[in-house]
Amino acid sequence: MPEPAFFVVMLAKIAVVFGLMLLSVAYLTWLERKIISDFQVRLGPMRVGPHGLLQPIADGIKLMFKEDIIPQAADRTIYVLAPTLALIPAFISFAVIPFGDRVRLFGQSIDMVISDVNIGLLYVFGVASLGVYGIVLGGWASNNKYALLGGLRSAAQMISYELSMGLSVVGVLMLSESLSLVRIVGAQSQTWFILLQPIGFLIFLICAIAETNRAPFDLPEAETELVAGFHVEYSSMKFAMYFMAEYANMITVAALATTLFLGGWRGPFLPPVVWFLAKLYLVIFLFIWIRATLPRFRYDQLMRFGWKVLLPLALANIVITAAFVALR
Amino acid sequence: MEWLLFVPLAMLALATAALVILLRNPIYCALALVGTFFALSGLYLLLQAEFVAVVQVIIYAGAIMVLFLFVIMLLDVGHEPPPWLRQDRPRLLLGLGLVALLVLELAVAFGSWIAPGIRGPYTSDYVNAVGNTQLIGRLLFTEFLIPFEITSIILLIAIVGAMVLARRQ
Amino acid sequence: MTGTVPLNAYLILSAALFAIGVIGVVIRRNALIIFMSIELMLNAVNLTFIAFSKFLGSMDGQIIVFFVMAVAAAEVALGLAIIIALYRNKESVNVDEINLLRG
Repeated sequence: MPEPAFFVVMLAKIAVVFGLMLLSVAYLTWLERKIISDFQVRLGPMRVGPHGLLQPIADGIKLMFKEDIIPQAADRTIYVLAPTLALIPAFISFAVIPFGDRVRLFGQSIDMVISDVNIGLLYVFGVASLGVYGIVLGGWASNNKYALLGGLRSAAQMISYELSMGLSVVGVLMLSESLSLVRIVGAQSQTWFILLQPIGFLIFLICAIAETNRAPFDLPEAETELVAGFHVEYSSMKFAMYFMAEYANMITVAALATTLFLGGWRGPFLPPVVWFLAKLYLVIFLFIWIRATLPRFRYDQLMRFGWKVLLPLALANIVITAAFVALR
Repeated sequence: MEWLLFVPLAMLALATAALVILLRNPIYCALALVGTFFALSGLYLLLQAEFVAVVQVIIYAGAIMVLFLFVIMLLDVGHEPPPWLRQDRPRLLLGLGLVALLVLELAVAFGSWIAPGIRGPYTSDYVNAVGNTQLIGRLLFTEFLIPFEITSIILLIAIVGAMVLARRQ
Repeated sequence: MTGTVPLNAYLILSAALFAIGVIGVVIRRNALIIFMSIELMLNAVNLTFIAFSKFLGSMDGQIIVFFVMAVAAAEVALGLAIIIALYRNKESVNVDEINLLRG
């Protein structure tokens, strides 16, 4: 039975990470609107608070007060449960991501990671594969043909790109010789893996955008296509939870890209957490930039790209990396 | 301490498995089966088989059950009446009686039995030192290479077969 | 209760899960739920393999479970394709109604 200090530290870490995640998800909406408005040479939210900083709070209050409609023939239990199922995987992926090196607080040596599992990378992919349920069940429980088709399309897209995402990371696995994310960051002390695995990074980034249903891969849920997809019957708080889930997923894959390819919390001079947040912000900025710039993929183009281009490319990457590692 | 984790996981596995065969709506049955898979994954973690535990979640809960859900949703299968309302009651009672007898016999047999078998070299300490995944990887590519290759051919056959079967003529 | 969980506890649990799977195959008429009960039986066997693997100090159990999962995935893909093909012909997945070969 581990000592009580262990549980106190663990609970403190969970509370801090969870709180920061919730805050980040809310302010990511503001950040996205501001950045996209900068790209489009307009001001964005400016009224609510200085430079629109209180906009997420205003949006939250509005969504909470909206009428909560449940369609009559919808499957009530699953209809209410599905947004929560979409939100959970995004948050629990953060349990294995390292934010920094060891610190000494109150006489305890604390790792800046909630839980250093020695199969951390597989855990992240297992949790990511559970993200499909929230969407599929939400689409089905709405008792609406458009919602069902949108949900199934979105799920098929997520499953297809999950495959290439997993394969693109095998190169990193071979170079670091461990599945533990803490050790993967440790293996990047000389060079970051983005320099050793550029194709892997590119494939991972593209698959991450497709996994989180972001533009240009957001056909299944765009408002102008297919009557807004799987969340057409959702309103108020449950709709808000779906959007929180999407932004939380975005933060999670950005944190993964940072840990796996950009060296995690490594960097000179500044404290590790600052480096981690800076790199995280860089990747998120990249996602928003891509959203503001590229047009949307058609669904068959999307699926063809995932299966006929990314999958062979990821496999070729594995073969080349394996040859390189074996000959070293 | 281990019992504290084993008993809830075992109860969860049995409860969700019973729900799979008792519920009428196929979607609820599929979700109950996902619950069973999670309980089993927890039990594998308790048995210190971490790789298999996570692979169980990825493959069974994350891929196979999603496939089941796709098929159930697209085929729009309806509810069937519960077994105790149908006409084949004698068969049902006979089946249940036999299975209850089987479980009772097995419990009595296993309850007082010391497992025989040659103890192998891969004790928990050795596995933890080398690393579960590393050891499985090493064994898969040396001792179990032929089954590994045959499995990849099986998966290829399954992909081709599924595409051919599900195609419209 | 203190101490480790003995092997027999896992074996009894596995036997119970297998028995539930058997009951499911016998009493349900929906082909998809019969399929799910078969998956339940496969998982019960997986639990037995892993339990023995830990208690006998051998890795064979975990490797076999790896193969069982791969084969189960292949089997589910093909089985569901067959069920879809059947549904296209008969508009039903009730196994009592799939009796064209009956004399």
